[in-house]
Amino acid sequence: MKTLARFHREVAEIATEYPESSSAVMPALRLAQERHGGWLPPEAFVEVANALDLTPAYVKGVATFYDMFHLEPVGRRLVEVCTNICCGLRGAQDVLRAFEGELGVGPGETTEDGEFTLRAVECIGGCGWPTVVAIDNVHRLNVSAEDVPSIVEELRG
Amino acid sequence: MTDVIVLAGADERDLTQLDEYRAVGGYAQLERARGMAPAAVIDELNGANLRGRGGAFFATGRKMQFIPSKEQNPRPHYVCINADESEPGTFKDREIMNRVPHRLIEGALIAAHAVDSQHVFIYIRGEYLDPFESLRAALEQAREADLLDGVTIVLHRGAGAYICGEESGLLESLEGKRGQARSRPPFPAISGLYASPTLINNVETIATIPKVLELGGAAYAKIGAPPDSTGTRLFCVSGNVVRGGNYELPMGISMREVIYDLAGGIPDGRALKAVIPGGSSMPILTADQIDVPLEHDALRALDTFLGAAAVIVVDERACMVQLGLRVAQFYMHESCGKCTPCREGTRWMVQLLETIEAGDAKHSQLDLLLDVCDRILGKCLCPLGDAAAMPVASYVVKFRDEFRAHIDQGGCPFGGESSLEGLFAPVDQHTHHPVVEEGAPA
Repeated sequence: MKTLARFHREVAEIATEYPESSSAVMPALRLAQERHGGWLPPEAFVEVANALDLTPAYVKGVATFYDMFHLEPVGRRLVEVCTNICCGLRGAQDVLRAFEGELGVGPGETTEDGEFTLRAVECIGGCGWPTVVAIDNVHRLNVSAEDVPSIVEELRG
Repeated sequence: MTDVIVLAGADERDLTQLDEYRAVGGYAQLERARGMAPAAVIDELNGANLRGRGGAFFATGRKMQFIPSKEQNPRPHYVCINADESEPGTFKDREIMNRVPHRLIEGALIAAHAVDSQHVFIYIRGEYLDPFESLRAALEQAREADLLDGVTIVLHRGAGAYICGEESGLLESLEGKRGQARSRPPFPAISGLYASPTLINNVETIATIPKVLELGGAAYAKIGAPPDSTGTRLFCVSGNVVRGGNYELPMGISMREVIYDLAGGIPDGRALKAVIPGGSSMPILTADQIDVPLEHDALRALDTFLGAAAVIVVDERACMVQLGLRVAQFYMHESCGKCTPCREGTRWMVQLLETIEAGDAKHSQLDLLLDVCDRILGKCLCPLGDAAAMPVASYVVKFRDEFRAHIDQGGCPFGGESSLEGLFAPVDQHTHHPVVEEGAPA
């Protein structure tokens, strides 16, 4: 894990990009999340608060507003399937079900070995190329249910 | 194609590279603009009648004219570029940032010159990792080539909140807060980011500016469907079509041409049922309305909007109650919770639509649903609630027989065969609990 001192230095540097340092709270939360293995444990709010001279309650209030800040532990790999209407009209539900079958967990859950978290997500902006699946935030386009076993196999390495 | 403006040159060259972009005239208009008075730049945009591409269709030049002079307000002036493209059906700004990032940066620097600003923020949605990297690399090239001339451009990544694509939610978020809508007035031009004069424009609008200057406002104004719908749009085509994707075309092309000529029609010879013209928040069109030219006035005449030019094609297999339910679930999930009509109303809409889909509703509840929509429309600080109410009300009105059939038949008339059957909504994830195996302690 990155040291706390280094985290503070990085946040301080980001804060200089903004006229007011509180604007750096989202980038700081992103860094904190990376530092803590993909989620924000309670101490992360204290760390961000200390780095930006805010209160932990304020920082937590910001974090809870945004979907990409995770308040519970997540797996090493994040598999997110778009289930909004454009992907839905083209079979996103089958893609999601295929991932459920391959990974053995439902949406919002993490595999027992801590390897994968599966999530259904709202539109991630690739509507013309359904179904869009984000793996660790990298988009795969035109994914069909038939593609899912090989994707999971590839991810399992 | 000569009609391509925003993506011009991107098919032939790798315009993510500065030298390639320069080879097609890139940054020449920035240099020219910096030699012009800001008012002269704005005159060109007004002459072009360039309108906002984010959905509101507001005149770009006029928006710039609302920004006070430094003498009137000595606080720093800010330019914010809205790259928080989150409306379901919309994926054009992604393409612009991926393929012509320098055109966006050039447009941003011209806009900064036009409103006497030294500070540009690009608020890019957190889910867009590739576009962010593309933009970051282009920005680094521009910086090394000394193109910024003292202007700072900060790329600010969002973290998953639709409301941050709404201008006041964006500003709150950029200030490091929860992205909740602000009361207006004051408008951002007067009191925006850090209570300073702020210009906010969509990615596509800003990326159009260099070409407007290159062609000249008067020439640009002849493209598309003048006088109001001038120029091109990146039409984002999705749903039940053969070739989904972005198509840059002059405004005024018909919906029929977009669906059948460009996107290859509907797969497997199925029939068109309906089409959403501007993104999931827009009132729907029925199959007999698709000869409409895609421009502002013609769509207004049909009680809908061009919005962000996202065309979502729906074929005959989709249940309109399920479509309405999924749309309402999205906006319920994304409501920031500040205004009661939106926060509570979207929940009411979801509950009513679930009841109708389950076949448990009474006929009077169709009017109740329309009533709930009406009690949201125009009654909140921002248009998010409207974004749920407008489309759902249009489904009820235009497909009332299908809604009634759910009630009369005590369930979905598609009998499990709708293309949207069983579509999961992430809002359920928050209350999702694993099924407890039989016999296991609860």
